[in-house]
Amino acid sequence: MSQHLIQTDVKSTLSTAEIAAIDAEIAHLPYTSAAAIDALKIVQAARGWVSDECLIAIAKHLDMSVEQLEGIATFYNLIYRQPVGDKVILFCNSVSCWICDCDKVKERISDLLEIDYGETTTNNRYTLLPVPCLGACDRAPVMMVGDDLITHLDDEIIETLFGPNQQAQSD
Amino acid sequence: MEKVLTRNIGTHTSPVDLKAYEANDGYRGLRKALTQLSPQDCQSMVKNSNLRGRGGAGFPTGIKWSFVPQGDARTPGHTYLVCNADEMEPGAFKDRLLMEYDPHQLIEGMLLSAYSIGADIAYIFIRGEYAVAIRRLRDAIAECYANGYLGKHILNSQFSLELHVHPSAGRYICGEETALINALEGKRANPRAKPPFPQVSGLWGRPTIVNNVETLCNIPHIIDRGPEWFNTLGVGEDSGTKLFGVSGRVNNPGCWELPMGTPIRDIIENHAGGMKSGFQLKGFLPGGGSTDFLVADHLDLAMDYNVIGAAGSRMGTGTLIILDDRTCPVGMVLNLIQFFAQESCGFCTPCRDGLPWTRHVLESLESGAGQPEDLETLAYQVKYIGAIGNTHCALAPGAMEPLQSAMKYFYDDFEQHITTAQCPYRLGRGA
Amino acid sequence: MPKIIVDGQTLEVSQGENVLQACLNAGLDLPYFCWHPAMGSIGSCRQCALVQYQNEHDTHGRLIMGCMTAVTDGARFSMDTSNAVEFRKAVIESLMLNHPHDCPVCAEGGECHLQDMTVMVKHRDRRYTGKKNTHRNQYLGPLIHHEMNRCITCYRCERFYQNYAGGTDLGAQASRDRLYFGRQTDGVLESEFSGNLVEVCPTGVFTDKPFLADYSRKWDLQSAPSICGGCGVGCNIAPGERYGRLKRVHNRYNHEVNGYFICDRGRFGNAYVNSQKRLNYPGLQMPDGRFKAIDHQAALSRAAHWMKNKRVVGIGSPRASIESNYVLQTWLGAKQFCAGFSEREGALTCGIVEILQATRAINPSIKQMESADAVLVLGEDLTNSAPRVALALRQAVRNKSIAMAEQIGIPEWQDAAVRNLAQDALSPLIIVSSAATRLDDIASHVHTLAPNDIANFGDVLIEHLRGNISEDVDIINIADCLMTAKSPLIISGVSLLERGILDSAAGLAETLYDHNPHTMLSLCAPEANSIGAAMLSHTDNLSLAQITERASDIDVLVVLENDLTRRLDPTSMQQLIASGTTIIALDILENETLNHATLALPAASFAESQGTLINMEGRAQRFFPAFKPAHERQPSWQWLLHLAALDGHGELSKIIHFDEIVHACAQQHSPLARLTEVAPDHSFRRHGQKIPRQTPRYSGRTAMSADLSVHEPQQPKDLETPLAFSMEGVNQNQPAALKSFVWSPGWNSNQAIQKFQAETQKPSVGVSSGIRLLISSGKGIPHTSTDRTAFAQSNGWQLIPIQCLHGSEELSAYTDEIAELAGDPFVALTESCALELQVAAGDGVILSSNNVNLSLAVKIVARMAKNCIGFSAGYTQTLSLSAGSHVQLQRDPNWRPFKPLVIASDRRPNAQLRHNRHG
Ligand SMILES: Cc1cc2nc3c(=O)[nH]c(=O)nc-3n(C[C@H](O)[C@H](O)[C@H](O)COP(=O)(O)O)c2cc1C
Ligand code: SF4
Ligand code: FES
Repeated sequence: MSQHLIQTDVKSTLSTAEIAAIDAEIAHLPYTSAAAIDALKIVQAARGWVSDECLIAIAKHLDMSVEQLEGIATFYNLIYRQPVGDKVILFCNSVSCWICDCDKVKERISDLLEIDYGETTTNNRYTLLPVPCLGACDRAPVMMVGDDLITHLDDEIIETLFGPNQQAQSD
Repeated sequence: MEKVLTRNIGTHTSPVDLKAYEANDGYRGLRKALTQLSPQDCQSMVKNSNLRGRGGAGFPTGIKWSFVPQGDARTPGHTYLVCNADEMEPGAFKDRLLMEYDPHQLIEGMLLSAYSIGADIAYIFIRGEYAVAIRRLRDAIAECYANGYLGKHILNSQFSLELHVHPSAGRYICGEETALINALEGKRANPRAKPPFPQVSGLWGRPTIVNNVETLCNIPHIIDRGPEWFNTLGVGEDSGTKLFGVSGRVNNPGCWELPMGTPIRDIIENHAGGMKSGFQLKGFLPGGGSTDFLVADHLDLAMDYNVIGAAGSRMGTGTLIILDDRTCPVGMVLNLIQFFAQESCGFCTPCRDGLPWTRHVLESLESGAGQPEDLETLAYQVKYIGAIGNTHCALAPGAMEPLQSAMKYFYDDFEQHITTAQCPYRLGRGA
Repeated sequence: MPKIIVDGQTLEVSQGENVLQACLNAGLDLPYFCWHPAMGSIGSCRQCALVQYQNEHDTHGRLIMGCMTAVTDGARFSMDTSNAVEFRKAVIESLMLNHPHDCPVCAEGGECHLQDMTVMVKHRDRRYTGKKNTHRNQYLGPLIHHEMNRCITCYRCERFYQNYAGGTDLGAQASRDRLYFGRQTDGVLESEFSGNLVEVCPTGVFTDKPFLADYSRKWDLQSAPSICGGCGVGCNIAPGERYGRLKRVHNRYNHEVNGYFICDRGRFGNAYVNSQKRLNYPGLQMPDGRFKAIDHQAALSRAAHWMKNKRVVGIGSPRASIESNYVLQTWLGAKQFCAGFSEREGALTCGIVEILQATRAINPSIKQMESADAVLVLGEDLTNSAPRVALALRQAVRNKSIAMAEQIGIPEWQDAAVRNLAQDALSPLIIVSSAATRLDDIASHVHTLAPNDIANFGDVLIEHLRGNISEDVDIINIADCLMTAKSPLIISGVSLLERGILDSAAGLAETLYDHNPHTMLSLCAPEANSIGAAMLSHTDNLSLAQITERASDIDVLVVLENDLTRRLDPTSMQQLIASGTTIIALDILENETLNHATLALPAASFAESQGTLINMEGRAQRFFPAFKPAHERQPSWQWLLHLAALDGHGELSKIIHFDEIVHACAQQHSPLARLTEVAPDHSFRRHGQKIPRQTPRYSGRTAMSADLSVHEPQQPKDLETPLAFSMEGVNQNQPAALKSFVWSPGWNSNQAIQKFQAETQKPSVGVSSGIRLLISSGKGIPHTSTDRTAFAQSNGWQLIPIQCLHGSEELSAYTDEIAELAGDPFVALTESCALELQVAAGDGVILSSNNVNLSLAVKIVARMAKNCIGFSAGYTQTLSLSAGSHVQLQRDPNWRPFKPLVIASDRRPNAQLRHNRHG
């Protein structure tokens, strides 16, 4: 990794906007490395995921080793170290949603999009991931598609979101 | 009943902004404290209010604050206040409401708490999925900075506070206060050993108070209206009001502010509208996924910390999860154990390796491959993982609570899985 | 002393320790994994559980972790109550869920702490029916093998690698039961201390790769107490042999010196013992330049013939033992003897001895250095020149955090808590050097100066401390750090070959001593026995220059374990060879001097012979042979005794045994009078028996040589030492200097060391290994303010020697793995210099001066004194370069590009890191 670290030029890997956003976080933290998670999220927000190259560039910018940053990146489940689709479906499969038959809803999504947990549709539109309880148990089953919380899931909602019509429409 | 925490939250449409918040007596507590009360006065008021932490453990807030070194014991440097807005406990959905619809209440709570403990920097550690709450909190904070409620010399007093929102990158363990501190420091969120307690050595080694969103939202009212008033709010042993919620197969799942000590039956039958037709109540987790099951016999208990504790469970977050008679208790426990095994930070052995083992046993039961000795194994796991102190933090013991109580109340169900070599509920659920 | 009660038994314990330590110290077998005596507790494995009772009426108690619980007077515990027993068993059962059943093929098998603990808790039957988790292994370089499936997640590797040794490229990744310990991607581990992972890991995740390739079971190794010859620190090691090969080297605990850890040169750099380049037989050079193998009789008679009535001169060696050097000097007389140093080295090493014999400051042991709360390093990159010292300084800088913790009642062993409290607060470490050092990341101040300016800097500091107040803010700051410290440490050495640096280090220590009698002064010597050679040397001795200049007057030159090309400039070497002197050279491996010898005598290596080495502190330590020298190899002292006898030396011809040399030497050299006490002599017996070199389970004694003979060969006799080349004997309570291996019933891994210590982290039972021979008179060193010239700008670049852990040391460089890591010889430049020369890392430059033209790789370093460039010191290819000389540089257009030589952890100095207002 060390070789990459030398070769990676932070400025040509990260955008000025990303660097500025990271620096803004650093500005109110006592140690640069304390911005690690923020930095990963900033870069991910811009690119959907954190590639090796970006990981290395961030590590360099924060003056920490790639190993240390990787240890952090791989700890948190909302940091993606693999490419994801345009939108990530965070599907709640925790207890209240489970009681409300979320498994069936998930099957429906899997059928329509032809993906299981951890997979991305071939058209790269969606990645399906399970997520811990989304804190909307009174509206179970729920999921997030991108930043949107979608509640009271049933076949109809799934159909409108991911059904062939919808797919055809935006294709 | 008087609405306190949710007085600005009526219609669930849009949040109150600064103007509207001020108009409804907002920041009155803060003004009072900054002009009339010393930090010590505020601490005493909170102590006298008997407010207990709403994050799950119910630790008295005033006492917790008093552990922050004061006077001569104080070393130079910052003191931090952290709001725990991680809310990832399965079945918990109360903090979201408070943050999405009345962000200023939380900010005022944090201002007052920070003032009381002498903190000059505060963080809201919020789960990343709460995109709406994050946005609304940030907007509200911007309003505060613009209007002298945050920053240097707040309302022209000597008191200054910086407030940042830190959206988390996921993981349930981040809700554990010391893991949260590691996460805030930008590290892997393994919990820390206690002692030293965060009050003495927390964020960046400095004195730190971590409080739950709901806990903090109570503070403005306690300061504004006094501890005696607060004490009268509860209808049982505990004081104040609480957000109670119900999820599962009830007619009207939701979250309501009710007096502490409201009977469980009242919550389930009146507020949640009772069980959906065709479903019977078989049991319930009184306060989220890491509390012990209670059953119909317990419906008349008051939602008070000690009452629920004496019944063998915990108040936890106060959001009830209902197990109905057509849902498999083994399956429900498996879902929970799966969650906890997945969310284990991996630091200590019983949790890291014991939970997946427990999951494996429950999976074989559910799939009909269970063996009689599996029940012994489960009991053994409960004993070995379930006791506080056996593991490094409280995640694993919490994980064992539903299992342990399910085996107590629904032992027949476990046995039937083995004797019939299948899950008896499968057909009922129409799977 | 507080007392605690464990299962009814009252234990006297030390204030401040934890219950696990207390139990282990009392000899109780309480299992553990994540705790390490040198690294403290984190409470992750949960293996060391006991039940604690509130008082004598409490019958229930509650489970606690021994390692996380401080002892308090009167506290009551139980290890044996079923609750605790069951819990500990449950922990092992969990750890074994995913652990592969590969003990038969695991390199750790038989010395595995996990095996031991599993047996200890009596876990046997597997109840879990699920699949095991598996991981991908990584390539971690030539030294360490990675087998992640065996991991039990104790975090020791990460904690050692990052927290203890300051490495950054290995750590924990992922979480839950998918935790992974490794690098971000495959690659060579960067830490100089990576080899300790082998011993720190309680199972077989990190194993010794070269050993794995030439494997034997631990119990089949024959070992002996030994001393590393890699540098002047003198770490204690345990080489293990089988089939006549040195199989591996393990750390051997010495409380005062290396404790639990050694560096990678020491662990992996000794495999030259098995090198193809070893000399097996005496070689006689034929007229065609080739060597003819002859037997030792023939060799000796030839030599006797040449020497008869001739002028014979001997050249000793700072890497050979006291005893060998002593015999050579005694035989030929001080006037015909040269200690074997180059002029510069000799002056410097004798300088160290003079200073340490006079200074009032404390000359600390390596362990004592860890207690320093302010450190000033003058002119050394310790990680590369005295690695174990650098590791000690990494602990010393933590004293600030330990003091902070103490203030709020956190004990030192609460490792994570101490680190969380202190964050990056470190005690001051001031580094004044000519180039970047591997301790820069923890330095509070770094100054980059040319060698003579380092001395000047020291002098200014001295003057400032003496009241001639400087206006330089840095000087004021540094002086402040040193003056306010409880135990300041000044540390320097000879890497830059600049005497002035030593003097100013000594002057600083003396000046500080006036204010603080706890001031420490440590000076690093370059080679394993530099100090010993200097202590033996005599004013009448010849210098190497005198020998080369008047070589033609010398008939026979006896060279003891010394490759003169490393000491002489090429012209002088040429002169010596051309003189036609008959050279008799004793050495271990082929080298340039041997190539020019008339007679080459095969010397036994450290692993096949015994001797005493005196380390940088002046501590004499004895090494013992792990196995008998093969072929015609003999310990140098034995060759020399034979030669001396043939030469008719009266006194020496009476000597046969090693111990007699020791006695004679002790008698004749008063500073070495206590040489006899360094280790027990050959007559030492425990319960009437010798100390075994083989473990009780040593196997295959008959089978090992069954291809040659079915009769069990007789075990070789050892008349020279109290050790036996067998498993017979008593391996109990002997002095630490005679501990060949650690093993105790139930404790097969290196963790067994605690069974030989009065207390963990404390000295071993019995006399400590080694005796301080260099004792200061305490006279003090008079202050003379030297007027040194400031570094003068001249045309060209001044050459600065850069010490390299892998590559700079002569013998270890013969080990394949070390040679691989050493890489190509290089020129070290800063980024801006490189820009100026239009080169980048991995390019080549041509370095030229009057008599050399060398093409070398470019290595980029973070800092380098102005107008200076570094060169890889000690590499055979750069031996012709002379430190301090001036050279021209230009880009080499014909250079083949290869891998860049900067590694990730060559980071910016800590002092330059961004610190904001929170701090
Ligand atoms: C595994 C685990 C997860 C937790 N998650 C949360 C959480 O999401 N929100 C919260 O407020 N407290 C959570 N807690 C409790 C906190 O550790 C802490 O007790 C709480 O934030 C204190 O706030 P309070 O005193 O205001 O209740 C969790 C505890 C554990 C052991
Ligand atoms: S109990 Fe689980 S979550 Fe808590 S420290 Fe141990 S492994 Fe981590
Ligand atoms: S040794 Fe005590 S918990 Fe690991």
